[in-house]
Amino acid sequence: MDMDRRQVLKTSGGATFLALLAAAGWIPPAHADAPGWNKSEFDTHTMDATLAALGAGKPATSSDVAFFSTPDIAENGAVVPIGVTSKLPNTESIAILVEKNPFTLAALFDLPAGTEPTISTRVKMRETSNVYALVKAGGKYFMTSKEIKVTLGGCGG
Amino acid sequence: MADPMKIRANLVGDSTEVKVLMSHEMDTGLVKDKDGKIIPAWWIQTVKVTHNDKVVLTAQWGTAVSKNPFMSFKFKGGAKGDKVTITWVDNHNDSRTDTALIA
Repeated sequence: MDMDRRQVLKTSGGATFLALLAAAGWIPPAHADAPGWNKSEFDTHTMDATLAALGAGKPATSSDVAFFSTPDIAENGAVVPIGVTSKLPNTESIAILVEKNPFTLAALFDLPAGTEPTISTRVKMRETSNVYALVKAGGKYFMTSKEIKVTLGGCGG
Repeated sequence: MADPMKIRANLVGDSTEVKVLMSHEMDTGLVKDKDGKIIPAWWIQTVKVTHNDKVVLTAQWGTAVSKNPFMSFKFKGGAKGDKVTITWVDNHNDSRTDTALIA
């Protein structure tokens, strides 16, 4: 019996064997953050804490950062389209922050040179909230905000 | 293994517009199932897009990105037939990579 188990481990490799166990539901899938995912930035719950974690300080409001294809009223908070574009030269990153969500930072996009400073995606919103677009350009942070009214919250439960 | 992504990469003027739809539950860890048990958080944490092996976008996501995530952006350059490859990694360290050709 013990020999069999060793044989299985040897032939299938430890990691594969564990994956098989996980797939079979014998052990819960382990939470393992993806390489390059910054927990300290995402595990924040207020605008101030998120901006501090991002090293953004107190960003200046800029009309060169704008939302597009973003609704004023979202009927379904589970799927709220958000588009952000920046006219600032040397835009390096665009982040989307939802002030009243359980976790403030929704997404952070890093844009290498040659990628246009325009991004769209869809996010969940728990309730009516200000949504912030935070842009890093030339090493400095700028932001703009927009209130989106949510008719039906996106967190279910 | 998760379902394939749907990727469209189209030449628009002198830029390539990439649109991608991923297949993922994006569970927040804050929602209960019908038996009142918390559904554990399970979401895509990182996304990387390359054009012919050059990185054109990286992203980090929280649980607030919607189920079956959608994303679109543009990068300068690209030619018809070039490869656009997208990889995501979730918090189970599960990942998926798909490639589309620029049309």
